[in-house]
Amino acid sequence: MTRRPAPDLVAQRPQPVINPMTLEMEPDGPRKRALEVSHSRVLLGASLFAVVFLVIAARLVAITVLPDGADSAAVAPVKTKTADRADIVDRNGVVLATSLTTASLYANPRQVQNPDEAAQLLNSVLPDLNIASTAAKLDTDRGFIWLKRDLTPRQQLAVNRLGLPGIYFQAESKRVYPQGNLTAHLVGFTDVDSRGLAGVERSFDDLLQSGDRPLQLSIDVRVQHILHEELNRAIVDFNGIGGAGIIIDLKSGEVLAMISLPDFDPARPGEAIEDARFDRATLGLYEMGSVFKIFNTAIALDSGTVTLADGFDATKPIRIGGHSINDYKGKHRFLTIPEIFTYSSNIGSAKMADLFGAEVQQAYLKRFGLMDKSPIELSEVGEPFYPSPKNWKRINTMTVSYGHGISINAMQLITAVGAVVNDGILREPTLLKRNLGELPEGTRVVSRQTSEQLRQLMRLVVQIGTGKKANAPGYLVGGKTGTADKQKGRGYAANTRLASFVAAFPMNDPRFAILAMVDEPKPNASSHGYATAGWVTAPVVGAVVQRIAPLYGLKPLPDDALEAQNPLVGMVADYDSPSAKKAQSALKQAVAPAPIPFGAAAAPTPLNVSAQPISIPEAPLEAE
Amino acid sequence: MTNFTRADRSVVGLWWWTVDRWTLATVGALMFMGAILVLAASPAVATRIGLDSFHMVRQHYVMLPVAFAVVVGVSMLSPKQVRRLGVLLFLLFLGLTSLTLVYGTEIKGATRWISVGPFSLQPSEFLKPTFAIFAAWMFSLKMSEQRVPGNLIAILAFALVVSVLLRQPDLGMTAVITATWFAQFFVAGLPFIWVILFAGLGVAGLVGSYFMFYHVRERVDQFLKGTGDSYQIDRALEAFQNGGLYGRGPGEGSVKMVLPDAHSDFIFAVAGEEFGLIVCLLLVACFAFIVLRALSRMVSEHNMFVLLGVTGLATGFGLQAVINMASSLHLMPTKGMTLPFISYGGSSIIAIALGVGMLLALTRKRFPGSLDT
Repeated sequence: MTRRPAPDLVAQRPQPVINPMTLEMEPDGPRKRALEVSHSRVLLGASLFAVVFLVIAARLVAITVLPDGADSAAVAPVKTKTADRADIVDRNGVVLATSLTTASLYANPRQVQNPDEAAQLLNSVLPDLNIASTAAKLDTDRGFIWLKRDLTPRQQLAVNRLGLPGIYFQAESKRVYPQGNLTAHLVGFTDVDSRGLAGVERSFDDLLQSGDRPLQLSIDVRVQHILHEELNRAIVDFNGIGGAGIIIDLKSGEVLAMISLPDFDPARPGEAIEDARFDRATLGLYEMGSVFKIFNTAIALDSGTVTLADGFDATKPIRIGGHSINDYKGKHRFLTIPEIFTYSSNIGSAKMADLFGAEVQQAYLKRFGLMDKSPIELSEVGEPFYPSPKNWKRINTMTVSYGHGISINAMQLITAVGAVVNDGILREPTLLKRNLGELPEGTRVVSRQTSEQLRQLMRLVVQIGTGKKANAPGYLVGGKTGTADKQKGRGYAANTRLASFVAAFPMNDPRFAILAMVDEPKPNASSHGYATAGWVTAPVVGAVVQRIAPLYGLKPLPDDALEAQNPLVGMVADYDSPSAKKAQSALKQAVAPAPIPFGAAAAPTPLNVSAQPISIPEAPLEAE
Repeated sequence: MTNFTRADRSVVGLWWWTVDRWTLATVGALMFMGAILVLAASPAVATRIGLDSFHMVRQHYVMLPVAFAVVVGVSMLSPKQVRRLGVLLFLLFLGLTSLTLVYGTEIKGATRWISVGPFSLQPSEFLKPTFAIFAAWMFSLKMSEQRVPGNLIAILAFALVVSVLLRQPDLGMTAVITATWFAQFFVAGLPFIWVILFAGLGVAGLVGSYFMFYHVRERVDQFLKGTGDSYQIDRALEAFQNGGLYGRGPGEGSVKMVLPDAHSDFIFAVAGEEFGLIVCLLLVACFAFIVLRALSRMVSEHNMFVLLGVTGLATGFGLQAVINMASSLHLMPTKGMTLPFISYGGSSIIAIALGVGMLLALTRKRFPGSLDT
């Protein structure tokens, strides 16, 4: 069959047929030129079409055959971050958190041929995959679905052996915490996609995700371990519901250890009860109790309101606003400032605060950082809670003097106490290691003299006061006890307490500050029915000091060394305990060339407490 | 087949010896491939939208013989008859399209359909070939001795058609009809200054629709910037990759399970996945063959009406195929448009058959005096 027309028909073509109706005649003149234009333009159009069809054909070949012909990103089933999250290490390079590559199981349900069969087979090697729900997952139109994260190599092999189509593995990174519970609150944890959810993992999430270098913390895992062990022992011994402990390096502001108990396994945070995940060291807000007398006394001395030689009448409770301020085991007599501090007199402290007043009190508390949120680099930080200046009445000034009516977190407490004893210089606490060259200047919150006096007062507490069990022979521990009744509902509950001991050592030149807190301790047989800070948390500090001092090369001083002498010992009047006598006799034996700070035994004038009594306006206090 | 001798001057006999049998065979091949691909793609879609799984297959298989009959029947017409039929149908469907604005059934936010009993009809589909004939006639009048302002009528008619289509709104159809009309005007000898002016207006129209219509902006942004929902196009590209050279085999594809328009707008992707690259290239070749053969024949055509008519019909047909395939291949923003003879399309396949039938009629070998036959 040929397409060529029959010869007889072809022969007709050249004949010039003039037929105006047909338009079929051979054109000439302008019409011919017009037709030529049309013909060339049709050709142009045809060429354009040819190019377009060629482009389509080329694109088809490119997508189908060439590797990555299509935009590979556009067809990738899912993009999972595979780059490893940076490690977290302690100040000595010990790994606290690292990432391991593991395999996770996923499916492309569109490629799964028999969902029910596949689900049953998967269940036979991974028993915790529910058959029904897995089958339902596999029976969808989706292209990607997680089945199980983090398989062991053995499980991976077993799944591979099933030979199921549409079932794949994705290499993933899994977060591992070699120190387990020890750093749970501090380091925190991540979700399955390695995004930080708590602790340092959360607050430094961006850095950890992008960083290739390990994040070095200020934490010393050895110190962390010691504090954890000793604090836990106290909680167990006194049947407490929890506790917190912090140790900071006063020279740099670095946090060496930070504990909150009970703790949890950061590998399985979901299984922990909520109370265990609660960070008592930074998130918990507490009325700290008598440890606030450190601040109160420092304010009184630094503002020039009193001198160490002054004193107050503490024979009778203060009655104000229907409340009564009384002393625990009160002396019911006139007390000197060192006595008020050492015996932890609420009456004396309240009268001291009443003398300098609310404005001075608030100004100092703000300087100490107790009115603002702690700058520690965590998201789990509780903001302090206190009355607004308008509602800060006289009774508030008095109760705040002994640590009630203001709630702060443990990190704020130790930071401020550290500033008071560290020559009055406050350094912001940090969880990151600070190199020697980049130590912050710090800000002065009290004078050097006030700091020196507070160190002697705190040393006195451990020498002859409520904190004797914190003593670590030769390390000149000084501190202050705080046994605060916990608020339950609208009032205070008599038998739920917060026992805390805040300390620093060595007091002649403090290097470390330590805080130990036990939440709701109960008396036990060995404590003779007491559950006070002196019995519960002071021993924790004593034990910790003796264990960490050697780690940092601190050597104990002999009892009769000049630096070990506390000139205030003689200022505590009718103290007749053996330890007081021992301290007093050591003081007498020490040769003391003046002037030296600690051990400046000869420097203070002989005690004459009744010489300069401060007259307190008694009437308004009693009027209530 | 060869019962007709060349001396047979009956309508059928003359038709057989003068029609472009290669193009006819290609159209038949396309219909055959379409029958298989609709069988592959539509049951999954029908099941998903709650129809009997072979509902669309049955409808398509009823339409196919009708469409082929339309192609053959219309291709037997003479150019003059084509002109009359085209103009008549143009006026009819322009009227019906206008009616959709009042009585139309709203589907996916646009009123393009008219329901008559169980049948629904998209009259604008028929506007495409018939307006091409009308415009060809008007443009060619200039060449004749009659003093008729053909160009002006063509411009006015175009404005009328576009204003109706934009009211629906049907931007895709507007674009194809505009391009077709412009191609005809261009071939008819539009001075270059006007070409540039109209091209500028076209670009302005495209840019304007980007800013005026949210869904246009969304799709263009998706294409240019990769923002927004790229699910459909990602699955389509994945399908071509899955298919490879020889495809996964009929029925073995999975893209039809997830793409809402696997039976129409994305049937090319189904073809790629189940039948592979070679069949896809064959499809491209078929469309290219029909369009290029028709256009290249016009290079020696002396009848202005035939030349312009074929230009319009071939351009409309080719553009529709190109837009569908380029959309599936992510060469342009996705634009819903059926692949001629391949996609399931109900009434649209008849409209396409009408256009191709007229194309075949106009490209038949004619000899002096044959215009009247």
